[in-house]
Amino acid sequence: MSELTQAPVNDAAAGTPQPRLRILIAKPGLDGHDRGAKVIARALRDAGMEVIYTGLRQTPEMIVDAAAQEDVDAIGLSILSGAHNTLLPRVIDLLQAAGMSDVPVFAGGIIPEEDVPALMQAGIAAIFGPGTPLEEIVSFVRARTAAHC
Amino acid sequence: MVHHSVAERRALARALTRIENGDLSVQDELRAAWSATGAAHRIGVTGAPGSGKSTLVSALARAWRLRGHSVAILSIDPSSPITGGAILGDRIRMRELSGDPGVFIRSMASRGSVGGLSAAAADAAALLDAHGFDFVVIETVGAGQSEVEIARLADTVVVVEAPGMGDDVQAIKAGILEIADVLVVNKADRPGARKTVAALQAALDLVPQTSGHHGVAGTALSDAALDAGWVVSVLQTTATAAEGVDALVDMLALHREWLHVSGVGDARRRRRYSQELRVRLREQLLLRALQILGGDGYDAALREVAAGRRTPLDAARELAAQLIIGSEL
Repeated sequence: MSELTQAPVNDAAAGTPQPRLRILIAKPGLDGHDRGAKVIARALRDAGMEVIYTGLRQTPEMIVDAAAQEDVDAIGLSILSGAHNTLLPRVIDLLQAAGMSDVPVFAGGIIPEEDVPALMQAGIAAIFGPGTPLEEIVSFVRARTAAHC
Repeated sequence: MVHHSVAERRALARALTRIENGDLSVQDELRAAWSATGAAHRIGVTGAPGSGKSTLVSALARAWRLRGHSVAILSIDPSSPITGGAILGDRIRMRELSGDPGVFIRSMASRGSVGGLSAAAADAAALLDAHGFDFVVIETVGAGQSEVEIARLADTVVVVEAPGMGDDVQAIKAGILEIADVLVVNKADRPGARKTVAALQAALDLVPQTSGHHGVAGTALSDAALDAGWVVSVLQTTATAAEGVDALVDMLALHREWLHVSGVGDARRRRRYSQELRVRLREQLLLRALQILGGDGYDAALREVAAGRRTPLDAARELAAQLIIGSEL
């Protein structure tokens, strides 16, 4: 194989950047802290992804608006407040209305086991409880966005 | 002000992704948009981490919105050199702009290559410009030369500083004072703000000021101001309380008028186009050269360099001479 075909020559010099996965991490609702969301954001960053982090107190409308402008490949939502049964389906509905139902949504935080089936039914792609290994979340995001990159 | 449908905003977002990915199919959009560029006031905002750039940009956008203007924001942050990933968090400070159809915010990671980023940022700014946004803000961390280059994609460059970041004024340390058209000391409610203003003003005296072109009376700018060129002012803002932001909006409008009346704006844009053309020409020549030389010719030259028989420049000159018949070494 010629060295010409190897990365550095064409990449840096010709300025052809590689596609990267872009993931929106948001905290819907009125949670007071975002440590968990930041841990996920860092794990995805360390896995080579670009994480758009929007911070606390996001409405479903703000989340979908940001996801559209940032053209993300997936959305991760962290909820501790207990409002997941209203907020998460609302995000799914708004994504559908915006023609973005192809963007997978995963959730984490404190979501009781008994609420999970209905949320999955509503269109949430995965729910990760406290203590989920970070590699599991990274693998999930990679698998669900495999077609994008 | 233009109004974009949800579908238009989504199409714009997707085109920006293709620009970032170096996907050449986006050239169709850029080609169609190119003649419509130039109407927006492009403003580069740069400054040290922690100076409050994002909050200031957010407050500026709000002030423009209240005046009925639309705003696009291109927020650029560094990629991790190790993993290539990035955390793009500027939206945290722009929460109050969320959901406003007159505002479009896009976070961009630098993705390693400086040349690649400035080309992508230039194309992204052009596309946002052509979409009819009245203001296109390009926000970067002012830590090094690459960010300085990107801020230069703008018509007007704002350098943001904050008090209480040590004894040194960060902008002076980073060598970015020279590119400022307007200096802002943000977080002006904090202790030490006046000291920072004084330090900047003192430093400005040592910076050669933009030379103005003469002529054209009958505008809000006095002849004296034109003769003297543009004088960089130090403004104070407290972005979290929107204090001083109206004065900054007015100063930016004044600078734009000065660019227009003095002819400096046209000169800057020509310089920018020349820079973009050169970047693209270099890239295209290299691609064509590598195609023509083929892998073997390139590898042979590389072996010469690696073996210590040729310097990189000599090897490159020989390759170039093979490509261009009749040229000298």
